[in-house]
Amino acid sequence: MFTLIKRAFRSGWKTLIRDGGLVAANIFIMAMVIATVTSLFIFKEASDFLIAKLQNKVDISVYFKYETAEGDILKVKEEITGIPEVKEVAYVSKEEALKNFTEKHQDNQVLMDSLSEVGANPFLASLDIKAFQANQYEAVAKFLDDPTFNSLIEKVNYYETKPVIERIFSLTSNFNKAGIVFSIILAIVAILVAFNTIRLAIYNSREEIKIQRLVGASNQFIRGPFLVQGAICGFSAAMICLLLFFLLMWGFNSRVEYLFPGLSLFQIFTGNFWWILLIQIMTGVGLGMLSSLIAVRRYLKV
Amino acid sequence: MIKFQNITKIYPPNTVALNDVSFEVKPKEFVSLVGRSGAGKTTLLRLLLAEEKPTQGRIFFNNHDLSKTKFEQLPELRRKIGAVFQDYKLLPSKTAYENIAYAMEVIGASDSEIARDVAEVLDIVGLTKKAGNFPAQLSGGEKQRVAIARALIHRPEVILADEPTGNLDPYHTLDIIRLLLNINEIGTTVILATHNREVINSLGKRVITLQDGKIIRDEERGRFIL
Repeated sequence: MFTLIKRAFRSGWKTLIRDGGLVAANIFIMAMVIATVTSLFIFKEASDFLIAKLQNKVDISVYFKYETAEGDILKVKEEITGIPEVKEVAYVSKEEALKNFTEKHQDNQVLMDSLSEVGANPFLASLDIKAFQANQYEAVAKFLDDPTFNSLIEKVNYYETKPVIERIFSLTSNFNKAGIVFSIILAIVAILVAFNTIRLAIYNSREEIKIQRLVGASNQFIRGPFLVQGAICGFSAAMICLLLFFLLMWGFNSRVEYLFPGLSLFQIFTGNFWWILLIQIMTGVGLGMLSSLIAVRRYLKV
Repeated sequence: MIKFQNITKIYPPNTVALNDVSFEVKPKEFVSLVGRSGAGKTTLLRLLLAEEKPTQGRIFFNNHDLSKTKFEQLPELRRKIGAVFQDYKLLPSKTAYENIAYAMEVIGASDSEIARDVAEVLDIVGLTKKAGNFPAQLSGGEKQRVAIARALIHRPEVILADEPTGNLDPYHTLDIIRLLLNINEIGTTVILATHNREVINSLGKRVITLQDGKIIRDEERGRFIL
């Protein structure tokens, strides 16, 4: 068995070296497949990041009647925090609301003048509620519809922001669905291209395989070198891709970060380095070996 | 040793390559199969190599019925047979040395055995200096000598030579036939298919003549008569 493996490696390696042109073409095609799969992975990570960021910006605010006591508001806050869909609840008192407003609009003289015209603090205390998912706000809003809260709550802005929340929800859900369909189609096309390239390369060896059979070689003995070649091509393609992606992620990092603040492609790459390495090697070596195995099989029937 | 029993081979739709052919080959014999192109010589050899199956009849090799040989057993059978073809059938991506060594690798010989035997057989066929050449870098005669070396390296019981001199000039033809005679003298059965009149007439060995897929003559010290 050891001799068989040793000879498969020796023969596979020699053929690779002697058949440089064809091998380079194979590696190139496989590198494209691996690049596609890696891009899909990074795209998924980046889109998850952007979707999460977008969803994080969505919240609903509950405004309490002017006369509602702070103690009552904090009790409501406690109850809302107990809802499983709720991620966090922040209490903004009347004073904080006024402070936030003046800080934000201190340069706007018209607004400041209007505020001093009113005299007293016109702002209402509120609770800013964030849910885990955009589609969970409906449940939170329904909870607040309860008659026990009617005497305390002035308004819930969910019904005003509902169209925006729903739009974001449908957008992210469609984006995810489209991403999955697009990834599957792209991966299938890439795999078919690589498989056919390898099949074409092995088609050139069909006469050689026939001779090997006639000389008395077993199928296992004939297959070995082709599997080794497939694995080496796949591994080389994976290493080339790894280097290429390292350079691309590093090179484009600042530009992408400028377009999408907070999104660091290089960080996604380094943070998932071992995953990416595993995906690339598995795709390359797996595809190389599987394609070789399937392509050789049809010529082994002599 | 080899027995063809009422063998008929029909290629679809209805081309009769062999028609009720029966004969026997004894160990250490040198048998020539002669006949015009299309007489059925190559088909006979392909059937013996189990490259094809007969439409009717049975073929025995060492009392083993080839029709009962399973696909997985074919490599084992073929290792007992050395085959030489008109178009050499060398592995183009391997050197002369590697082509010959390949026949030993498939039987699981050790590296040291391979190194020893390949060097010896390269010497026998006179190609020691061309061991590192690829088939494309060898002449027709040299390629055929590599093919013969590959066929005999693992000491098969029988060597099948299908028109081995078909692509060679008279000088190289003589060379190859001499080589086959030497191999036969050391005890290997040789079955030679050819339509070379001079070669057959100079051999003075058993000749089986085929015509339109039938044996029309089988003589102990035959001549080329068609």
